[in-house]
Amino acid sequence: MPDVSDRTAAVHKEDSQVRQKNMIAAHYARLARAPETGDKNVYTFVPGNLTELIRSFDLLPVLPEINALQSAMRGKSRDYIAVAEKLGHSEDVCTYVKCDLGMMKSGNVGPTGERLPPPDLLLLSYTGCFTFMKWFEILREEYTCPVVMLHVPYQGDGTITDSMRRYVVDQLRDKVIPALESVSGRRYDEARLREMLARSARAEDDLVAVLNSARQKPSPIDAYFGGVYYIGPIFSAFRGTVEAVDYYRALRGEVEERGRQGLGPITPDGPMARERFRLVVEGPPNWTSFREFWKMFADEGAVVVASTYTKVGGVYDLGFRHDPDRPLESLAEYCMGCYTNLSLPRRVEMLVNYINDFDADGLLINSIKSCNSFSAGQLMMLREVERLTGRPGGFIESDLVDPRYFSAANIKNRLESYLQMIEQKRAGKTA
Amino acid sequence: MNRPADPASARVRAVVERAEHLYRDRSFGEVRAWKQRTGSLAIGFMPVYIPRELLHAQGVLPVGIMGGGDDMEIIRGDAYYQSYICHIPRSTIEMGLNGSLDCLDGMIFPATCDVIRNLSGMWQLQFPDRLSRYFDVPQNFDAELGGSFYRRELESLSDELVRRGARALEADRLRASIEVYNQNRRRVEDLFELRRREPWKVPTHELHLVLRAGQVIPVEDFTPMLEEYRNAAVEDTSRQPMDQARVLLTGAFCEQPPLGLIKTLERSGCYIVEDDFVQVHRFMRGEISAAGDPVDALVRAFLHDAVASPIRYIGDDVKGAQLVERVRQCGAEGVVYCSASFCDPALLDQPMTIRALEREGIPYTAFKFAENNGQFQVIREQSGTFADSIKLWSEV
Repeated sequence: MPDVSDRTAAVHKEDSQVRQKNMIAAHYARLARAPETGDKNVYTFVPGNLTELIRSFDLLPVLPEINALQSAMRGKSRDYIAVAEKLGHSEDVCTYVKCDLGMMKSGNVGPTGERLPPPDLLLLSYTGCFTFMKWFEILREEYTCPVVMLHVPYQGDGTITDSMRRYVVDQLRDKVIPALESVSGRRYDEARLREMLARSARAEDDLVAVLNSARQKPSPIDAYFGGVYYIGPIFSAFRGTVEAVDYYRALRGEVEERGRQGLGPITPDGPMARERFRLVVEGPPNWTSFREFWKMFADEGAVVVASTYTKVGGVYDLGFRHDPDRPLESLAEYCMGCYTNLSLPRRVEMLVNYINDFDADGLLINSIKSCNSFSAGQLMMLREVERLTGRPGGFIESDLVDPRYFSAANIKNRLESYLQMIEQKRAGKTA
Repeated sequence: MNRPADPASARVRAVVERAEHLYRDRSFGEVRAWKQRTGSLAIGFMPVYIPRELLHAQGVLPVGIMGGGDDMEIIRGDAYYQSYICHIPRSTIEMGLNGSLDCLDGMIFPATCDVIRNLSGMWQLQFPDRLSRYFDVPQNFDAELGGSFYRRELESLSDELVRRGARALEADRLRASIEVYNQNRRRVEDLFELRRREPWKVPTHELHLVLRAGQVIPVEDFTPMLEEYRNAAVEDTSRQPMDQARVLLTGAFCEQPPLGLIKTLERSGCYIVEDDFVQVHRFMRGEISAAGDPVDALVRAFLHDAVASPIRYIGDDVKGAQLVERVRQCGAEGVVYCSASFCDPALLDQPMTIRALEREGIPYTAFKFAENNGQFQVIREQSGTFADSIKLWSEV
């Protein structure tokens, strides 16, 4: 979920990208000014984030994963990771954690080059990733602020039970809200939260329309590389805001116009001329070589028509919407519904549906060394999806923010081989 | 002149040989025999913790599955996992695929980490006809919040077992089962106490085998095994102290190191006087009070009496405080971090607990292993040097 700036110059930008960049830059600028303005902030995580609730107390969210990936896109993650490893953090573990810790130890200078304020509250939303729990235990040792934990149960059998919902709602009511009240000095205002949730739902409608536009041929969007820009505001600090509603309305208009004109997605080198391959991608992208990675696909005319990474902050395309009439229940269901909180059979089902609904040529998995939540089981998922769809699967490996695990030649080679396999299958069908 | 053989030595050897047979029997013959004898369910569970009392009360044999160790060839399991994922799920999948686990009526995958969690889904895909249950536990330890949730999880698990053919959960039976496991915990603790006091009497590679045996036999057989081993070890006069460093070994609470690695550490000059191996046996500190509602007793124990394992959220306490306390209690002179490669809970925890050790001036060393490691020379040199440094310079 980057903003649109990248280390490499001369990138073609859509209007929505410029708007998104400005939104995110303004957010970081506001955080940087916090010591003077008195704005208070809450460090929390992307999956299952409680942005509307946090903002209803006039608190600002800070998302360490976003800081880490932004650092990677600016070529800073290598040094930050080295700082953490020198402090004893294993080379085996999540590089988001190490990048974040390294950034903090290096002065906590954020992606825009300005110092981020220390947290006023650590809100551990433990959703879909065991590492989150350890991450905040580590941060807790570095700061003196209060910590509140929201434990979100895993959908082990693919459903949300009443017991799970009740557990999360009770924690929101009895732990999280009192902690936010204490830090902000404001009372919980459910009417305000409802307003924000209603705005969330409007933005979510437009996001889903954008994502579903990829059913068209050619697809007017790339739902992975482009998709990470689209999800930026809604997965991070802006859900529930007027700005987010406006952004998604504008984005939808832009994408629908491209669709009407029969245009393909915008790539780093401009509009894609010809869509040759339609892929579904599972797993997060690599951030250290994001543009180079994207270009490998764009050069081959490969468009990602659906991706799972763009669902880590919510599976809106499966019908979920924040519901102002059931504010806390709705937040609880949102937390539990994030992609990495789903069972593997549910994830397989989603992928199969994407391949069928978006008429994709196959599934490509970008397996991330750092992320067991995503990666453990992916080889089996690949085989299952191949078996159920009859479409070929491909597998590449990289990392989130550790440049040592991005081997461009190897990935390019595997990607090209995979695309050739798709072509051969097509040729076999038409022969 | 040779001393006459101590009859207690033979008794120790007999227990250890039986335990090693159970440890190496990947066909789970003992479980199969138990099932044939009783006609009841046997359910496997992955590390670290499940409430075995509940299964026991419903007539179910809980069978601890701790991977394939170092003597199992992985033929298909590696095709299920990338190189950067730990080893235990590979050998577990391998055992599932090669029929070793056919004797089990299902598997429980507790909330240990993302790999074990996802393995539950893989099991659902691979073995759709068998019970494959993810067992969630609360990370909120408030009785009204996490406690209520956990109680509902226990009830839900119990209902699932009934649907699979187990008998219904009854309060009296559960109380009795809690008492059976309390007795077992006492015997386990007795052995650990003996090892702390006279580590030469209870070599850890033997203790490990005995604890592993307890994973695959009924608790009613395991408790006498512990008693027999302890009694024989106490009486065995052939076991004499040596000038070794006393160490606490931590980090191996899920995937277990190969037996050869434990022996290597001992031969390099370390008495392991405390460890995390087969942690389910010691996950609860002390006994569980079965007074009142026995399901609530299990809940209370989980919330308040569990060890500060890396799989539990430490919200208020100081990270590493319990490790330091354990070092003091067992009289260890140093800590050996022995964690499985790519083990997120252990490796993410390690820097925090190391800080706690450093604050107290407790020496430590760290290395990683995989359950199928076959070469230990480097580790032997490392642990030998660590033991030497303790003997020469430690002020702990």
